[in-house]
Amino acid sequence: MDTAALAERFQARIDADERIEPKDWMPDAYRRTLIRQMSQHAHSEIVGMLPEGNWITRAPTLKRKAILMAKVQDEGGHGAYLYGATETLGVTRDALIEELLAGAARYSSIFNYPTPTWADIGAIGWLVDGAAIMNQIPLCRCSYGPYARAMVRICKEESFHQRQGYDIMLALARGTDAQRRMAQEALDRWWWPALMMFGPPDADSKHSAQSMRWRIKRFSNDELRRRFIEFTVPQAEYLGLAVPQGEIDWSEFEQVLAGHGPCNRERIAARRRAHESGRWVREAALAWADKQRSKRREAV
Amino acid sequence: MTSSNDWPLYEVFIRARGGLDHKHVGSIHATDERMALEHARDVYTRRQEGVSIWVVRSSAIVASDPSDAEAFFEPARDKVYRHPTFYDIPDEVKTL
Amino acid sequence: MSAAGIDDPHGAYVLRLADSNLVLAQRLGEWIGHAPALEEDLGLANTALDLLGQARLLLTHAGDLEGRGRDEDALAFLREERDYRNVALVEQPNGDFGDTIVRQFLYDAWQVELYGRLGASRDRQLAAIADKALKESNYHLRFSAGWVVRLGDGTPESHERVQGSLDRLWPWTVELCEPDDIDHAMLAAGVGVDLAAVRAGWDRRVDRTLSEATLVRPADHPWRWFGKRGQHGEHLGRLLAEMQSLHRAHPGAQW
Repeated sequence: MDTAALAERFQARIDADERIEPKDWMPDAYRRTLIRQMSQHAHSEIVGMLPEGNWITRAPTLKRKAILMAKVQDEGGHGAYLYGATETLGVTRDALIEELLAGAARYSSIFNYPTPTWADIGAIGWLVDGAAIMNQIPLCRCSYGPYARAMVRICKEESFHQRQGYDIMLALARGTDAQRRMAQEALDRWWWPALMMFGPPDADSKHSAQSMRWRIKRFSNDELRRRFIEFTVPQAEYLGLAVPQGEIDWSEFEQVLAGHGPCNRERIAARRRAHESGRWVREAALAWADKQRSKRREAV
Repeated sequence: MTSSNDWPLYEVFIRARGGLDHKHVGSIHATDERMALEHARDVYTRRQEGVSIWVVRSSAIVASDPSDAEAFFEPARDKVYRHPTFYDIPDEVKTL
Repeated sequence: MSAAGIDDPHGAYVLRLADSNLVLAQRLGEWIGHAPALEEDLGLANTALDLLGQARLLLTHAGDLEGRGRDEDALAFLREERDYRNVALVEQPNGDFGDTIVRQFLYDAWQVELYGRLGASRDRQLAAIADKALKESNYHLRFSAGWVVRLGDGTPESHERVQGSLDRLWPWTVELCEPDDIDHAMLAAGVGVDLAAVRAGWDRRVDRTLSEATLVRPADHPWRWFGKRGQHGEHLGRLLAEMQSLHRAHPGAQW
């Protein structure tokens, strides 16, 4: 069958809402788009461990410490699921991580913002995870099988993340003046970056149309953003916090994306440090496994 | 594109409860079998998702090719007599 | 509310176990997001969560025994360094992954021996906590011992590094099995365990793994600085300053 016919059959399967599996024929551009999107998603989970990890050692109660530790661990797990799903497309996790460390791969810009106070942990759970869930639920029906299955698992686990974030905000909102101020300032800091998580306005979104045709994406950026605001504003009102007024400053988005956010360099440096200082460990484990294999061969 | 420094890939299968089959859940990287089991446990059973784990080197899996799908799976399609609903049994006849 | 330690030997005994788990969980928490491989992040976090869970149960129990209304957070966040009673092994800094793994292994082997015996404690609450914790510690030991072997018998570099970790950390293991007044009193009361028996079991486990890892067991030297008696090095103060900073900055606040 020639490529045109294969492509036609591929699109027909997508239109019939069938799932594409790793060994199925797929257009190169579909494969490339998935690799880019899925690996960015995986990188986001891994880099996303850092801003929240910043508060594990300082959580204000032991219960909050346990919850936060479990939550940050989940992000690592989600990264693992997503790298694994991306590997079904014929790339290796190590190669993807090399790209991240070389600064050649993107991850969600939101994680380039700092977490100066405990309230930021609440705001991240409530707003950032909330926005992420809204982006992710449609991905559970994405046309690529391994991605969709990973997302089902992730969405199931994520559901506690947003609630624990709101729970932190609730405790702060009902707390002392200093705690309420902390909560309001965190909302002020995270509101706009959270709205930017849905991506540029539909008119400027260069990948959207094709991704919708391939059913990798099912709703437009603006549609999801609108829905997020609709859900979140009453939640803020319940907390007695004021949602910032105004318009999204897209020049800030561009700036952070281009590498000039407050923490871009720190985040990548932290990942690089972990990777480099773990090298001898990874090599030792491989060397040990090799030795065991040759011992077994000798024993035969 | 695997370089010699990459940790090998393992596929993970988990039995959710006694009585169920092991089901594929995803993959992990590990250098040896013991580590592979531990990584599967640490990554895939954080919420009591399983009572038993299988791990197998991804490279050891032999999979059918989608281009063989017609030859493999179409021939079973017309064997309708293999299914119980193929047979009309009078309602009066019980437990059949 | 007083921020002091617990004087009653029974409460103090439980508090020692609680503090050791809490401090080690805090140390392991520093790793999350920085481990040598993604799966190791998850593994270390699982161990940290187990230890933190054990610490919370033990702190609550210690507070109940004391009977002055101190809960887990009052005990964790409002006591100072000198009133912490963790074994000093666990307050040692994370160092590299090898240091962390060796520290973990030495501690896990001890916990497995300890909890296995504490299950028979006359303090039924403590026994119940030990029974639950033993299952967790068995897994921790499996995980850490596996890594000790891989690193010890891996590359020349890993062997040298991890032998160094073992040599540096070894002196801090002396107090694990050396009984003092509180240990004696609790053994006599049927609450605590016989540390001589723990020692024998610990020796066997440690020797077996070290030999498989081609590592040399360091010589024992007399050592008298015991974290469980409040004699800490320079690291615990910083660890607690960080851990307690937010809680203490807002006295009485609810979180």
